[in-house]
Amino acid sequence: MALLEAQGIVSGYGEMEILHGVSVKVEPGQIVTIIGPNGAGKSTLLKAIFGLLSVKSGRVTFNGTDITGWSPDRIVRLGMCFVPQTENVFPSLTVQENFEMGAFIRTDDYRARIEEVFALFPDLRAKRHVKVGALSGGQRQMVAMGRALMLDPKLLLLDEPSAGLAPKMVELIFERVREINRAGVAVIMVEQNAREALKFSDWGYVLAGGENRFEDSGPALLRNEEIGRLYLGG
Amino acid sequence: MLELTVYGIVYGSVIALGAIGLTLIYGILRFGNFAHGDLMAVGAYVALFFVAVALPLLGIPETRFEPLSFGWRMVIAIPLAMAATALLAVVLDRAVYRPLRHRKSSPVMLSMAALGVAFLIRSLIYILWGPDPTRYVEGLLRIPIYLPFDIKVRPDQVVILVLTLLLVMMLYLFLQKTRLGKAMRATADNPDLARISGINTERIALLTWVIGGALAGAAGIFWAIDSQLTPEMGWGFLLPLFAAVILGGIGSPYGALAGGLIIGIVQQVSTAFINPAYKPAVAFALLILILLVRPQGIFGGRS
Repeated sequence: MALLEAQGIVSGYGEMEILHGVSVKVEPGQIVTIIGPNGAGKSTLLKAIFGLLSVKSGRVTFNGTDITGWSPDRIVRLGMCFVPQTENVFPSLTVQENFEMGAFIRTDDYRARIEEVFALFPDLRAKRHVKVGALSGGQRQMVAMGRALMLDPKLLLLDEPSAGLAPKMVELIFERVREINRAGVAVIMVEQNAREALKFSDWGYVLAGGENRFEDSGPALLRNEEIGRLYLGG
Repeated sequence: MLELTVYGIVYGSVIALGAIGLTLIYGILRFGNFAHGDLMAVGAYVALFFVAVALPLLGIPETRFEPLSFGWRMVIAIPLAMAATALLAVVLDRAVYRPLRHRKSSPVMLSMAALGVAFLIRSLIYILWGPDPTRYVEGLLRIPIYLPFDIKVRPDQVVILVLTLLLVMMLYLFLQKTRLGKAMRATADNPDLARISGINTERIALLTWVIGGALAGAAGIFWAIDSQLTPEMGWGFLLPLFAAVILGGIGSPYGALAGGLIIGIVQQVSTAFINPAYKPAVAFALLILILLVRPQGIFGGRS
């Protein structure tokens, strides 16, 4: 059974329909990447799955539960966490407090989990009590991912985790994504750095104009000349 | 001059208590609560009701704590009036602000609604207590105590300062150390991300009204202990409150604390140079100056 299955999703902002029936699927333990030109509806799809936008038609099932129309604070409790592209941290809170907020709904002792997350992002350990607003872009991205990992999710939704980062930092973030995945967390992400992301993706979807255009394994998409020409910049 | 500074600190601490609530409400609910000054007035008048009507009926004696101007009745009245003001703030949220919020009304709409609420509260005070200024204790000679440098303060003012400090410290511990306090700061920072993290932001909104209302109630009482109660008192606070909030950086409770003290001191010290009748104008001038020079507030914060 697929961990996440979105079928025929129609959604958008208010009256404006952006997704005209998109379907994606994530199996347990997979990394799935969604690529496509600007305005294809990639971010919209993640927001619709996570209940931030209303789904006008279609169905989202997560781990066997129909979560269509659920609010984000309910979805989070099932083990799905979302890292938005921008404004994905609490800038006036410290790194540690950001992680504590990620664990807000946990009633057990999550201190060990905080240390695990620091082990994943060792650079942040020295900044533990620094306000996140004072950190660099790459470090903020790590805080954002760390916050989402606090609940030990089964599935992580990442909206352009490498956007606006220096090439070295992009590499580092992707390395962390792979490491998170090796620990058993399935990942579905939207990426502009499509070539780099597809290299380590189990499956890739190409979206354009709010519709599915193509899908294949990551490396196969990279080998596909037509995809390369149309969507990967030659 | 030094004495005026001391008076400014006392007045400023009252403004700060109100401004902290106002800035928290702005940070989390995203609108300027123009009824905040009148919430302060509600606190003062509810305390008056307890001190002058309810507690005497219950047979609570008015034994004054020399050299203070108040006694047991006020000690009982302060927490009750704070609770009543908090309750009113929550009821107003349920009745007025929450429906508007759910309709996704603009912040301007909410602020205008708050202005309406402000007039409503003021009119109710007029109806219930009449227009005349009153005091908690009438005809009492307030003997000052003398501090070094020829500074005279009234004992009441010292108590007001200590109580304000106590409330601010409690709020600090709540915001910094507790799970709910941190969630409140997180919601003020980024409400969408708070929701994504599973924080129930409606509950946080409720808590904000409780804290903001209780602090406003306390501020109104403290002010009235030191001077007097008038139905219009809330209106007079509004400008210094907003000036303090903007000075400290909108949404920052610690900024509002500092902003309140600065506004209080500047307003009082200005009376050494210009006619005291222009005191509100000083707050106004300061507000305009900050908006022109440093709109994000002197302590950073969001613009």
